[in-house]
Amino acid sequence: MIKIDVDMTKCQHYGQCVFEAPQVFKLNNDDKLEYTATADESERANVEAAIDVCPMQAISIVE
Amino acid sequence: MTEPVVIVGASMGGLRTAEALRRFGYDGAITVFGDEQYAPYNRPPLSKEVLAESVSHDAVAFELRASVADVNWVLGTRVLSADLDHSTVTDHNFEVHPYGTLIVATGLRPRRLHVPNGDVRGRHAVRTLDDAIALRAELVPGARVVIVGAGFIGCEVAATARKLGCEVTIVAPGVHPMLRPLGQELAAEMQRRHEAEGVVFLMKREVTDFIGDTAIAGVLLDDGTTLDCDLLVEAIGSHENTEWLDGNDLDTTAGVLTSNDLRAVRRDGSEWSNVFVVGDVARFPNPVYDNECRRIEHWNIPTETAKRVAQVFTGQAQGEFRPIPSFWSDQYDNHLLAYGVLALADEIRLEDGDISGDCVFGYYRDGVMVGVCGIGMRSVVQSYRSNFV
Repeated sequence: MIKIDVDMTKCQHYGQCVFEAPQVFKLNNDDKLEYTATADESERANVEAAIDVCPMQAISIVE
Repeated sequence: MTEPVVIVGASMGGLRTAEALRRFGYDGAITVFGDEQYAPYNRPPLSKEVLAESVSHDAVAFELRASVADVNWVLGTRVLSADLDHSTVTDHNFEVHPYGTLIVATGLRPRRLHVPNGDVRGRHAVRTLDDAIALRAELVPGARVVIVGAGFIGCEVAATARKLGCEVTIVAPGVHPMLRPLGQELAAEMQRRHEAEGVVFLMKREVTDFIGDTAIAGVLLDDGTTLDCDLLVEAIGSHENTEWLDGNDLDTTAGVLTSNDLRAVRRDGSEWSNVFVVGDVARFPNPVYDNECRRIEHWNIPTETAKRVAQVFTGQAQGEFRPIPSFWSDQYDNHLLAYGVLALADEIRLEDGDISGDCVFGYYRDGVMVGVCGIGMRSVVQSYRSNFV
């Protein structure tokens, strides 16, 4: 399992992460980011791609 | 694989390429040249958050992954020229560096105004961290700011300057701000929202000269009128940083022409097998739309092109390269989010919401959706993205 952290003081809900790791990130109906705090190891590459495209650099994998 | 890899340009495109090469299994030498003194940093906040808050490299630096710890970063060093026939680049100290594979990641620089009385203090652009630091120091309450250009950068700076208590006038040749990407209705509405925040627009006007001896005190417009100001922000678009590639039989009109696999193309149409181009300086065909080669200045393109180059380089590329451009812009509480290439549209339709509040517009060419853009309603905007993948 990998543990995912989003710094919600940085996150501006741009939603760029959603298309990189749709199993982990989504925008809810209020346009706010929701994410799963843990994911299977197989999601690591997708989450890393989401980290790369985050305009606020708010996402990290907690090792 | 031909080693070493030399990446010219140490911004997002250069960094993402180094990371992607490691991710796809290349473990050979990588050297990255950057003309700024800073390690790679995130540019979008420079016209928004960074201008409104404290400005430092720490606040915007990209975190460097362990995978790129052994990359040789050569910062504060400008590459002056390249000799593709002999596979070398030459830096500003006239040191010659051989490469096996060259990655062009030199991006853009701001266009500047050329006027007779151009040599005055108080002129600003917004591209680099140093630009933002210099501008931030002058955005004090009551400062009279003239912004030349009404694109996204100009409008974002206008919004931030208003928040900081400055008086803001935008001078631009177009009819409405951001008209080309957004289209008539949305652009006119964004102008209205800026005006409601106190921004003055002098549209269909151009700046022909500056007034002031050592520091700028005003601008002269093409209708003969003058406008007092304490500082000037030039946000009139970009030039491609390709001069260092001159003399190499490349097509560098409006960026470096590449194949769909981002290999640099000679004027006779043949490709350089070991020269790739990433980021907003690459002019590539995107079959999502047509066979036209375009430069795309949107946020996700450095990352997408870097990934593709790493896949091609390591023999793991599959299918065509078909990135969907994406951008956003924050101006006051207006959160614009878009996918696609809006400027291709010949028809724009309101899809959802209300133009006076949150809304989503669809952009169509020959009846086919080529883009979507909203103010607010991000989850709705995102739901349309799959229409043109």
